Amino acid sequence: MTSNRDRRVVVTGLGATTPLGGTAAETWEALLAGRSGARPMDFDWVSKYELPVTFAATIATKPEEVLAKVETRRLDPSSQYALIAAREAWADAGKPEVDPERLGAAIGSGIGGVWTLLDQWDNLREKGPRRVYPLAVPMLMPNGPAAAVSLDLGARAGAHTTVSACASGAESMGYAIDMIRTGRADVVVAGGTEAAVHALPIAGFAAMQALSTRNDEPEKASRPYDTGRDGFVLGEGAAVIVLESEEHARARGARIYAELASVGMSADAHHITAPEPNGSGAARAMTYAVERADLSLSDIIHINAHATSTPVGDVAEYNAIKRAFGDHTENLSVTATKSMTGHLLGAAGALEAVITIQSIYNRLVPATINLDEQDPEIPLNVVTGEAQKLPDGDIAALNNSFGFGGHNVALAIRSI
Amino acid sequence: MAQSEQEILEGLAEIVNEETGLDTASVEMDKSFTEDLDIDSLSMMTIVVNAEEKFGVRIPDSEVKNLKTVRDAVTYINGAQS
Repeated sequence: MTSNRDRRVVVTGLGATTPLGGTAAETWEALLAGRSGARPMDFDWVSKYELPVTFAATIATKPEEVLAKVETRRLDPSSQYALIAAREAWADAGKPEVDPERLGAAIGSGIGGVWTLLDQWDNLREKGPRRVYPLAVPMLMPNGPAAAVSLDLGARAGAHTTVSACASGAESMGYAIDMIRTGRADVVVAGGTEAAVHALPIAGFAAMQALSTRNDEPEKASRPYDTGRDGFVLGEGAAVIVLESEEHARARGARIYAELASVGMSADAHHITAPEPNGSGAARAMTYAVERADLSLSDIIHINAHATSTPVGDVAEYNAIKRAFGDHTENLSVTATKSMTGHLLGAAGALEAVITIQSIYNRLVPATINLDEQDPEIPLNVVTGEAQKLPDGDIAALNNSFGFGGHNVALAIRSI
Repeated sequence: MAQSEQEILEGLAEIVNEETGLDTASVEMDKSFTEDLDIDSLSMMTIVVNAEEKFGVRIPDSEVKNLKTVRDAVTYINGAQS
């Protein structure tokens, strides 16, 4: 396996709008404080359709507070979130001067513009075809967020959308690495976005029994690894990073958070929604990522796990980690930040990559909340209680993301 | 009931502002939608449909291409109302 790290890719900007805060910094502070982003939903359709789940991890800062009115009108919420996170990341990176033809955008989404699709369907049925908004199609298309970011930043090297359900956001970062390594771009704005807190996705996820129904205690509902876990908590938001070739970042004297050293990807080819129980597909993704980062398995000290709080998924991921890391598993500090953020679907991998980058940069791993009684089938070394300090010197971590369809994506992040 | 041209202009300016973010004061009678206000064909269709609702008129698609200036639109709506 060749690493191809001769052109190293580094992270120079972070942005996020999440259930925990309107920026990456606010989100990080909330994570360190152990706050939950889950709250009751106040949409009229919750009672109208008698949804079995009445809470979600909804966005903390409404886009209307940040964007121009015309932007909220002409962009689906999934694009609005992506634009907010991308602008933050771009500013955080110091708005690098780069030839537009050497600047790329890669923004993944799991579901796309579902609010627009459903609202416009209502318009069609209630008012007729003439009242369907002329921008309905560009708003609902899943590449809308990548296009919005490309337009906003003038990114002309390419605007790309990775779609692999809950691995979409992480896969976009893998795509961005490849864009830089293969010489197509010097700088790429990469991430994921999702705005699917709507009646139809909730009803669909609930019908497949994937969601927690702990309606009376939303903040305690997302409880990865706990024996009382009963499904994930739907979240929304976006996370975006600025990636650059190390050469480009050094030449302009940029602050470098970490190296995004590699991506490992695989497919289960096992079942449309169920993870492979023995974890072999996910284990391959992790192993590839480690090898391509020029690391040994024992160099990894931390994993930000996919850990959605579903009874089956959390065990399958443990099996995969154990399969990949063997006896080193017990040395890994593992955290499940979805216990606080909820599950942002196509933005989840991007958000957790941002958190892992913050963990490596700040040498601090946020604790998993709601872990009262750890599932004996998942004997991982989970960070609980207080954030855990990471050692000085060269360190490396993995961020796992898995998606319906059997998509496995592991990102390797190294200190710099 | 027919409205005055000034009332129609003000209502139209609100619709344009809502769709494009342009200041209502910039929507003046002699301004061209495409040349001066930079309104593309997609936005124009939304403005037309919203104007139909607001002013209680019907503006056929075939007529939209003739509405080059704000005055063209105000005059058409005014005529359609009476």
